Amino acid sequence: MQLYDMPDARGHFGQYGGTFVAETLVEALEELRVMYEKYRHDPVFLAEYAYDLKHFVGRPSPIYHAKRLSDKVGGAQIYLKREDLNHTGAHKINNTIGQALLAKRMGKPRVIAETGAGQHGVATATIAARLGLECVVYMGSEDVKRQAPNVFRMKLLGATVVPVESGSKTLKDALNEAMRDWVTNVHNTFYIIGTVAGPHPYPMMVRDFQAIIGIEAKQQMMEMVGRQPEAVVACVGGGSNAMGIFYPYIDVPNVRLIGVEAAGLGMETGKHAAPLTANSAVGVLHGNRTYLMQDADGNIIETHSISAGLDYPGVGPEHAWLKDIKRAEYVAVTDDEAMAAFHNLCRTEGIIPALESSHGLAYAEKLAKTMSKDKIILVNLSGRGDKDINTVAKLANISL
Amino acid sequence: MSRIKTVFASLKQQGKTALIPYITAGDPHPKFTVSLMHTLVEHGADMIELGVPFSDPMADGPVIQRASERALLHKVGLTVVLDMVKTFRQTDQATPIILMGYANPIEAVGAVAFADKAKAADVDGVITVDYPPEECGSFVKELQDRDIDPVFLLSPTTDAKRVELIVNQASGFVYYVSLKGVTGAANLDIVEVAGRVASIREQTNLPVGVGFGIRDAATAKATAAIADAVVVGSRMVLAIEGSNEANLLSNVANLMTELKTAVDAA
Ligand SMILES: Cc1ncc(COP(=O)(O)O)c(C=O)c1O
Repeated sequence: MQLYDMPDARGHFGQYGGTFVAETLVEALEELRVMYEKYRHDPVFLAEYAYDLKHFVGRPSPIYHAKRLSDKVGGAQIYLKREDLNHTGAHKINNTIGQALLAKRMGKPRVIAETGAGQHGVATATIAARLGLECVVYMGSEDVKRQAPNVFRMKLLGATVVPVESGSKTLKDALNEAMRDWVTNVHNTFYIIGTVAGPHPYPMMVRDFQAIIGIEAKQQMMEMVGRQPEAVVACVGGGSNAMGIFYPYIDVPNVRLIGVEAAGLGMETGKHAAPLTANSAVGVLHGNRTYLMQDADGNIIETHSISAGLDYPGVGPEHAWLKDIKRAEYVAVTDDEAMAAFHNLCRTEGIIPALESSHGLAYAEKLAKTMSKDKIILVNLSGRGDKDINTVAKLANISL
Repeated sequence: MSRIKTVFASLKQQGKTALIPYITAGDPHPKFTVSLMHTLVEHGADMIELGVPFSDPMADGPVIQRASERALLHKVGLTVVLDMVKTFRQTDQATPIILMGYANPIEAVGAVAFADKAKAADVDGVITVDYPPEECGSFVKELQDRDIDPVFLLSPTTDAKRVELIVNQASGFVYYVSLKGVTGAANLDIVEVAGRVASIREQTNLPVGVGFGIRDAATAKATAAIADAVVVGSRMVLAIEGSNEANLLSNVANLMTELKTAVDAA
């Protein structure tokens, strides 16, 4: 059997991915590519990464059988990969540790990041504090308002948070601004991208650092139930937690891989953040080619999701590829469906999930109903919902 | 011979450097763009770089970002920009027009369809900021088949090997970005730029334009002394931003006159 081996040497997943950047960034990306190639299999580097994952993050994260939820839903058994139990509360830290260790190796004393919900910003600020690196986080000014607690957390950790006023003032604009910082300060700065997007080598590198999720899960499922699940489900914003859990499963036959995008107010309203499910036009943004939500002129349109972490008009190029080759399926659930799943998990299992992860849960519930009780669905519970309590309270008209 | 070649050849005979102002199409309002283009030419523009507004101008500083936002408020996309060039051509068949923008608006149309439309509008050159030669596939050929010059950027971090790769694809001229950073940043080091331009000239006979960071008569003059073309972008857009409807054209004319005098004095 031909094993999955993507991307190619220049970061292409079929027609997707690549390095669509201004000439001013080419050299910086080449330097990063060379350094990552040098260290990605280096035993000392990997040991350092593994040490931090264990002692700083608390890995391995457990797998938990959500029995009461499964019974309530009626159908397949739902298991959760508990990334919510990681230090800082989400999967994002797996990646920031990998990249920050690389920054150290490359002698860059300053790291920058973009953030939407603030989880990646917090994870970057955290590892920067731990390693003694200067940290600047770009965040759309709309998100700064919506995610005030995370802004404060980043500041407590010693990071500078720069509100971005351009464009739609959200995640995509924060990414643009971080790129602008990087071109200007490339001599001393490492750009830690938070998802499997951006130019090569980012989509591959972030996937590799997140693959620990799937590597652990495969082993843990064998230990717990002696076999692999029928389906693995994960929410997709840029797609890093999904790639992390999917990647080690790509060559495992008979395991369905299902990515869940944000349908926002409903696919039919156009107010969503689901370029794969909507079959959006393919285009170029943030250094790679992928499915993109755009208008007829090729300008990026505003997205909508209740969850800031899924509110992104593109998607990692490897997901675009997995969709086209039909190795993964992509679906979307609405704000309302995600909210219902959020409350369901709180009440039946005593776990407050992130709104992003609630999208994965909502689809798992739908799918479970169509499957028999002896079947298994593994959901990547990418993060905890503490950061979302203001949003949830506001929806219920409760002031905290 | 392409218009761009013709202009460079004739300037060379006169011992002069080209002045290329940049404006974003549709800024401050689409109704002014064609008159602005004519004003630029009347006051010394040898060619015009016309920016295609994009929602995510990653390589641009705040000044040009704001210009894009102003234009997008009026829904000025690639099709509208091409129409503006057509209108401009009704009364000016001599001045080369170089479109500058990002890949996605072109991809939305498709490379072949875009090349056809650009030809129909009588565009002379295209700069696509985020299409490095490795990624732009048949785009260069589609343009060159239609006598449109693909103009590429070279940066302070582009090494000799990449310069070779790029100049082999480029035609018309190459555009040296004179500083690390985005458009409108403020740290032009003329000695360093002179050194780089000299070494680029060892690798190509194409004219070398210099831009990013030229903000006044003095920097324009210093740059003109070492380059075949001086590109003025953010400073031009600032003049537009700082104007009202009544003084827009005269402010732009005054700035052009100042820059032209400086470039010609080099
Ligand atoms: C908990 C959680 N899950 C998922 C995401 C979405 O990102 P990705 O699709 O890269 O996993 C985020 C982003 O902020 C997040 O915080």
